[in-house]
Amino acid sequence: MSNLILLNKIVKSIIDLNDKEVKELVEEAIKIGISPIKIIEDGLSKGLKEVGLLYEKGEYFIPHLMIAAEIFKENIERLKPLLSIEEKKDKILGRVLIGTVKGDLHDLGKNLVAIMLSINGFEVIDLGKDVPTELFIEKIKEYNPDVVGLSALMSTTMYEQKNVIKALENSGLRNKVKVIVGGAPVTKEWAEEIGADGYAENAIEAVKIIKNLLKKNDEK
Amino acid sequence: MNKFDFSNIKSKLQLLTKEDIEKIHSSAIRILEKIGIMFDNKEALKIFNENGFEVDLEKKIVKINEEAIKEAIIKAPSRIIIYDRNGKEALFLEENNVYYNPGSAAINILDIETNNIRKPTSKDLEKFSIIVDSLPYIHAQSTALIVSDVPEIISDRYRLYIILKNAIKPIITGAFTIDGLHDMVKMLKIVTNNELSKKPIAIFDVCPSPPLMWSEITSQNLIDCAKYMVPAEIVPMPLSGATAPVTLAGTIVQHTVEALSGIVLSQIVNPGAPIIYGGSPAIFEMRYGTTPMGAIETIMIDCSYALIGKYYGLPTHSYLGLSDSKIVDIQAGFESSIGIILGALTGINVISGPGMIDFESCQSMEKLVIDNEICGMALRLIKGINITEDSLAIELIEKIGPGGHFLTSKHTIEWLKREFFIPSEIIDRFERKIWIEKNHKDCIQRAKEIVEKILKENESKKLEKEKEKALDEIINNSFKKYGF
Repeated sequence: MSNLILLNKIVKSIIDLNDKEVKELVEEAIKIGISPIKIIEDGLSKGLKEVGLLYEKGEYFIPHLMIAAEIFKENIERLKPLLSIEEKKDKILGRVLIGTVKGDLHDLGKNLVAIMLSINGFEVIDLGKDVPTELFIEKIKEYNPDVVGLSALMSTTMYEQKNVIKALENSGLRNKVKVIVGGAPVTKEWAEEIGADGYAENAIEAVKIIKNLLKKNDEK
Repeated sequence: MNKFDFSNIKSKLQLLTKEDIEKIHSSAIRILEKIGIMFDNKEALKIFNENGFEVDLEKKIVKINEEAIKEAIIKAPSRIIIYDRNGKEALFLEENNVYYNPGSAAINILDIETNNIRKPTSKDLEKFSIIVDSLPYIHAQSTALIVSDVPEIISDRYRLYIILKNAIKPIITGAFTIDGLHDMVKMLKIVTNNELSKKPIAIFDVCPSPPLMWSEITSQNLIDCAKYMVPAEIVPMPLSGATAPVTLAGTIVQHTVEALSGIVLSQIVNPGAPIIYGGSPAIFEMRYGTTPMGAIETIMIDCSYALIGKYYGLPTHSYLGLSDSKIVDIQAGFESSIGIILGALTGINVISGPGMIDFESCQSMEKLVIDNEICGMALRLIKGINITEDSLAIELIEKIGPGGHFLTSKHTIEWLKREFFIPSEIIDRFERKIWIEKNHKDCIQRAKEIVEKILKENESKKLEKEKEKALDEIINNSFKKYGF
């Protein structure tokens, strides 16, 4: 099988959301010596893009996007060790650490944001739900992310977002990381009030805002 | 479906009980036997006379007994298949199948920019037919507009001529004159390669005149449809309190009488002639003297007589999905929704009305594309809740467990399109922020844009050249015949 045919097969099996087949094809591609960058760009990313187009056309829905993103992520993990340090840097837009704040068990919105970020080339560290402030601080120290995303679905838990930002200030981390907040009760005004850098209404918006925040970072 | 069988009635909505239907049926028979019905048509009277009915030739009254009614009902087909212009099966008129088509014969069309009405032209009807062909939940065309740019005497055949030349879906139509029907059948024969009686692509509405009369033209149309074996839809139009008793029950009795009399005539002329048990009743608006099609009582009469049609084992039809509002507004939306949904729950086979406002007088392309969504929702509703081992999803719920989510399960992908009705942009389900970004349009503005988009992206589906030529000839001859 020629390289091009194999890569196109990867694209097609991502569109078909056939996780097993994508995995097999990626292994085969590695075996016959297609460069990992090429597998990502002309196989996995291209497939994911096609899924995105089908979503825009109304043929695919959020679950299709999420499954495709999971397949994508899984295979990127397989290929990452094979990339050179330069390639890694090049491929990843930024590192985002994300979690639902303490006392809040809702994580659907946060998961959507995490997936949209992965699709768009961010490295996402997902701390899950009901994350205590101390754990956020600990993990930020460990991973040194560019952005921290704090999710809260309830008006009672959204105050935790404020607490995390305070804790960042107290531990001297606030200037090292951008903070975005989201969740049903969260508004732009609330984000400003608690001193967050950004607020997103939905997952697609979150990607845009994070991209903008990081661009400003670079300009500085 | 069996004839005279209550087990035919499997409607999700049943406004009449078995006992109610028995009472209405026996009341209708009593009226047909004792009082009879008037046919203002020599051929009809002759046919009844020759077949041993009690006919008063002077008063033009025919009395019809129970036996004759039974015989006619038994002869009439309980299933009618209507084909599209390409000869493909399109409508299966039986059981609780539901098909929608636009309200027909509007004398006005609404200008959405100004909310004024104007007289429709042939070009409007052509556009209208393109829109109908493109809408997924409007299953048939209707000769929806009475075009003002041709002489009235030939406008019945001219409407059909435009639809046949431009659209594929089957057509609900009707003639305004006796000659009109013959010309229309000629055109249909050409389009169907002379297989019209085997593969009908059109249904003709024939309307008795309440109370208890058939005009010369409609009697003749009914007789001729039977002769041609072309499906006829009997459309009684009792008006509660004016041309029918004020009680809904009394109106339904009279509706039954008028419908049965037509069925008997058609089955004597040609046993087995396809007949649809239809109607377009209304209550009379006692304050303003109008005929509200969106009134709840009007809709109740529709949903009730349809059950009687089902009891007889015949395909059914009704005029629902219309509104009395003068513009496309909230009233237009809710009145149409009630009719479209209750008609679907009753299992009425042909539902005519979408697009219509101002009683039965005005069509709106914008309302039609909105109504299309309501029809889609109604069709989803009657599909009901699918209960299978897989749909109950016990294993899946077990697997996901507390706190998980179902978004990335294969089960979700497999079922979502079957379970959810996915509306077009007519229905807004965006977040407010996105809605604002998309220029905060209301439903009517969106409908306007969708109409424009459909007309930009779709062309009329032209007929084969020779067929078109043959239709042109028929139309030209009828112009000549009336001296134009």
